[in-house]
Amino acid sequence: MKNEALYTYILGLADNSLILGQRLGELCGHGPSLETDIACTNISLDLIGQTRTYYQYAAKVSGKEITEDDVAFLRLEREYRNVLLVEQPNTHFGFVIARQYLFDVFHLLFLNELQHSKDETLSAIAKKGIKEVSYHKRFSGDWVKRLGDGTEESHKKMQEAVNALWRYTDELFEMSEGDQQMATEGIGVDLSKLKEAYYEEVSELLSEATLEVPERKYFSYGGKKGIHTEHMGYLLSDLQYMQRTYPNMQW
Amino acid sequence: MKKNWPLWEVFVRSKNGLEHRHFGSLHAADADMALENARDVYTRRNEGVSIWVVESKHITASNPENNGEMFEPAQDKVYRHPTFYDLPDEVKHM
Repeated sequence: MKNEALYTYILGLADNSLILGQRLGELCGHGPSLETDIACTNISLDLIGQTRTYYQYAAKVSGKEITEDDVAFLRLEREYRNVLLVEQPNTHFGFVIARQYLFDVFHLLFLNELQHSKDETLSAIAKKGIKEVSYHKRFSGDWVKRLGDGTEESHKKMQEAVNALWRYTDELFEMSEGDQQMATEGIGVDLSKLKEAYYEEVSELLSEATLEVPERKYFSYGGKKGIHTEHMGYLLSDLQYMQRTYPNMQW
Repeated sequence: MKKNWPLWEVFVRSKNGLEHRHFGSLHAADADMALENARDVYTRRNEGVSIWVVESKHITASNPENNGEMFEPAQDKVYRHPTFYDLPDEVKHM
């Protein structure tokens, strides 16, 4: 493939949005209230919309006869490049919100950089995404504060979720060889530059939410290399079921 | 959780120049949450440019039992409509 590095890079970005979008989509009809149910599935649709534009671009860049659907539905687990954070399950609403907030802060910092990419398509996708993701962060951040600074029970559950998911935050800033190459070429983002701002912003909001900022020296990595947690297989079997059972089916 | 949340009425302005119209109601813990919920429930198909929310308990409604004395006396007073004048053609939008 001519543009192998760019292709892989786009998939990495898109897979984060696809997998988180799929997780949020699981809440459709199962959210804690009608209003939060719709809010979470709205965010899911925003993310899947972003995913489609990435995949369409990836399919074009690949130079092969493939479509966005092939890219989304017909890869094996090891070929998905999303970070571990986004595939974590909806254990309870605290987890949904913590996962969302920990990703949203990163996502917005990331898109703010990506909009300056030399690649015009990636820059355009980033610019469109910034407004959507700003709202996602507002929604998830507000809920972290509400639950953290809410009742004794909501505080306990919010802290539990933050503690459990914290180990997946450092991977957001891990630079693969491909990331490095794309950043050097001015196409991709140097993730290590976002790290300080990220932890500063997240810590500030957690403190405001009367939550403790976890102190952790060891983090989990692997997603960006295709080595996922045990939750990923179940998620993919849901996601891919239709295309695997009825190949090439169309709505 | 939800049963403790008060009810809010949602008013949406569909575009600049039009008035806010009542769109429906929803549950929320406070005004900020009501606005966000309204955004997600009522404007996700690009229905609006402005949202008002007001807690339903602040609305005083007329009692349907009193509809007779409230509204029926107006029914046979057609002369209260300005329809008995010949309008010049130049006057538009009446």
